[in-house]
Amino acid sequence: MALLPVKFDLKKRVKLAQTVWFMYWFAVLAGVLVLSMGLFFKIELRKRSELMDNNESHFLPNLLILMGLIACSINVFGGKVCYDSLDPEKFAKWKPMLKTYLVFCVGFNALLLVTALLCFLMRIPMQFTLAEGLRNGMRYYKDTDTPGRCYMKRTLDLMQIEFHCCGNDNYRDWFEIQWVSNRYLDFSSKEVRDRIGSNVDGQYLMDGVPFSCCNPSSPRPCIQAQMTNNSAHYSYDHYTEDLNVWKRGCRDALLSYYGGMMSTIGALVILVTMLEAGVTVGMQYVHSSLSNLANPEDPESESEGWLLEKTVKETFTDIMDKMKSMGKGSKVEEGEAAVETVS
Amino acid sequence: MLLKITFTQQRRVRLAQGLWLMSWLAVMSGAFIFCLGVYLKTELLRRAEVMDNTEIHVVPNILMMVGLVSIGTNWVATRVCQDSLDASRFPRWKLLLMAWFTVAVLLCCLLLAVVVLSYALQGRLEESLKVGLRNGIRFYKDTDVPGRCFQKETIDRLQMEFRCCGNNNFKDWFEVQWVSNRYLDFTSKDVKDRIRSNVDGRYLLDGVPFSCCNPASPRPCLQYHLTDNSAHYSYDYQAEELNLYSRGCRQALTDYYMEMMNSTGPGVLSVILIQMSVLVSLRYLQTAVEGATALEDPEGESVGYLLEKGVKETFEDVKANVLNILKFAQVDPSAAEGSPGAEDAEKPADNTTEKAASPTPSPAS
Repeated sequence: MALLPVKFDLKKRVKLAQTVWFMYWFAVLAGVLVLSMGLFFKIELRKRSELMDNNESHFLPNLLILMGLIACSINVFGGKVCYDSLDPEKFAKWKPMLKTYLVFCVGFNALLLVTALLCFLMRIPMQFTLAEGLRNGMRYYKDTDTPGRCYMKRTLDLMQIEFHCCGNDNYRDWFEIQWVSNRYLDFSSKEVRDRIGSNVDGQYLMDGVPFSCCNPSSPRPCIQAQMTNNSAHYSYDHYTEDLNVWKRGCRDALLSYYGGMMSTIGALVILVTMLEAGVTVGMQYVHSSLSNLANPEDPESESEGWLLEKTVKETFTDIMDKMKSMGKGSKVEEGEAAVETVS
Repeated sequence: MLLKITFTQQRRVRLAQGLWLMSWLAVMSGAFIFCLGVYLKTELLRRAEVMDNTEIHVVPNILMMVGLVSIGTNWVATRVCQDSLDASRFPRWKLLLMAWFTVAVLLCCLLLAVVVLSYALQGRLEESLKVGLRNGIRFYKDTDVPGRCFQKETIDRLQMEFRCCGNNNFKDWFEVQWVSNRYLDFTSKDVKDRIRSNVDGRYLLDGVPFSCCNPASPRPCLQYHLTDNSAHYSYDYQAEELNLYSRGCRQALTDYYMEMMNSTGPGVLSVILIQMSVLVSLRYLQTAVEGATALEDPEGESVGYLLEKGVKETFEDVKANVLNILKFAQVDPSAAEGSPGAEDAEKPADNTTEKAASPTPSPAS
C-alpha cells in the first residue's frame, strides 16, 4: 500500500509540474539567500577578527556558503527536470537519475536542518572566543608603537563607541591594566612613581577609562580620570553616577550582536529547509506520477502518484535487506574466492 | 516643416511600441526622482537641529514634486501610445496633447533648475550651518533647560559621526562656556580665577569635550589644558596633529551634503534626457498618426514633423494667439456691444489655435 497516494490525470499532472517548477525558482532564490547570508557572516567575523581569539572558527559561514551553492545547483537541476517533465521524450533522459537525485535531496535537507541547529549552538564557543580576544585587546591598547598591534587602540575605541560598551565585563576592567603607554609617562614625577610602586608588576594603574567609554547622553561633561575619588569632582558620587560612562561590557554587547545575527540566520535556514522539503515532495509526486501511467503508450492517460511506494515500515525493511544483501554479497564473493584458492 | 520624417505604417507601429516602452522607462525614472527627493529630505531633516533655516529644502521639495508629476505625465503618454494605432480612439487625446507638451517641457526646465540650485545654494547652506552650529555649541551646557536639553547629545554624536570638532576648528570651544554651572565649585580658587578673567563672567577653559577626541591618535586623548605644553609629558601644542579632529563641523557637513547632491547630478541629467526623448517621439507619433488619418488610405505613408512651420513663424503664431486671448479678455468686461465683435475675433483665433495644434499636411509640402 503506497504512502499518501494521489490520482493524477493529464491536467493535474501539468498543473503539478508547473507549480513545482515555480517553487523551484523560489528555492533557487532561497539558495542565493543562504549563500549571501554566509558571505555576510564571514565578512562580519573578519571585520572584528582582531577582537577575537586567533583561532576563531569560520566553520559556520563556510558551511553556509557551501550549502547555498549546493542548494542553488540542485534547485536549478530540479527546475529543468520539472520543465522537461511535460514532454515525455525529454523526460525519458532524466528518468534514470531521478531516484538518486531525490535521495540526495533528502540527505541535503537533513544537512540544512543540522546547519540551522548549529547556528543556534555557535553562541557558546563564541562567548569564550570573545572573552579571550577582548582581554588581549585591552592589554595591547597602549602598544601603538608595536608593529602588528598598533591599530588595537583605534579598533577598541571605535568598537566601544559603536557598540556603546566599556571594558570586558564593565568599565572597571580598565582599572586593572595599564592602558597609557610608557612613552607618555613622566618617570621623574612623584605621582607616576607612586602608582608604579603600588603594585607588584610595576604597572601604571589608574582609576580612569579611555574617552571612548564616555556616554554622550550624560548631562555632565565626561569624567574619565579619578573616577572612584568623589572629592576630585564637584557634586560627584561614583556609586550613583549612571550616565557618565557606558555601563555595559563589550563582551555582552558583541555577543548579543553576533547572537542576534546567528539566530536570524538560523531561523531563515529553517524556512529554507521547509521550502526545500516542499519541492522534494513535489518532485517525488511528479516522478511517481509519470513513472506509472495506466497506459504506458498513451501520455495522456491517468496515473497515480505517491510519496513512498510502500508504507514507511516496509520501505525501511526493504532498505535494511538491501544493505544486508550488499554486505552478504561481498562476504559470499570472498568465501568463494577462498574456496577456489583452497581447492 | 521642421525636421520631417516619412513614416510607413510599419514604422508608425514600431514608433508606437518603442515609445510605449520608453514611457514606462520614464515612469520608472520619475519614481526614481521622487525617491531621490525623499532621501535628500530625510537626510536634511535628520540634522535639522544644527541648521538655522530651511532654504536648502527647496531642492528635495522640487525633486519630489517633479517626480510625482512626471509619473502621472508619462503614464498618460503610455495611454496615448496604446490608443495611437486605433483611429477611433486617438482623436480624443488631441487637446490634451498640447497641454502635455507644455507640462513635459516645464518638467525638464524644473529638473535643470534643480541641478543649478544644488550648486547655487551651497553658500546659503554654509551660512545656515554656521549659525546652527554656533547655537548648538553655545547651548551645549544647557542640559537642564527644556527645549535645549538634547543639544549636548546632538553635538557629541555629530562630532563623533562626522569626525569633526567645533564650528571652524576645535578652538571654538575655548570661547564658549561648555561646562554647566551646576558642576562648578564656586568656592574653588581656579573656578573663581577663570570667571573673573573675562568680561561676561563665564567659565572658559582651553579644553574640549570628549567627542572631539580622535581614536586614531597613538596617545590617550588630551582634552584639557591643551595650550599648556608643561601640563602634559612630551606634548607640543603646535605640533600635535592627531589628538583631536582637525576639521570643523561646518566644513564636514557642507562637504557631506554637497557630495550627496553632486552624486545625484548624473542621475537627474539622464532623466532629463529620457523625458526629452519621450517628448520628441510623442510629437512625431502624433503628427504621423494625424497625417495618416487625413489620407484616403490610412495605412499609407505619412509625414511626421516637430513643428508645422519654421521656428520663427510658429513663435509669431503663438505670440499672435496669446495677444488675441489677452485682447479678448480685455475687451470682454468693457461693453455688451463689444461681444458680437469679440465673437468674430474669437473665431479666427480659434481657427489658428486649431491649426497650430493639429496641423494637416498641406499638399504644397
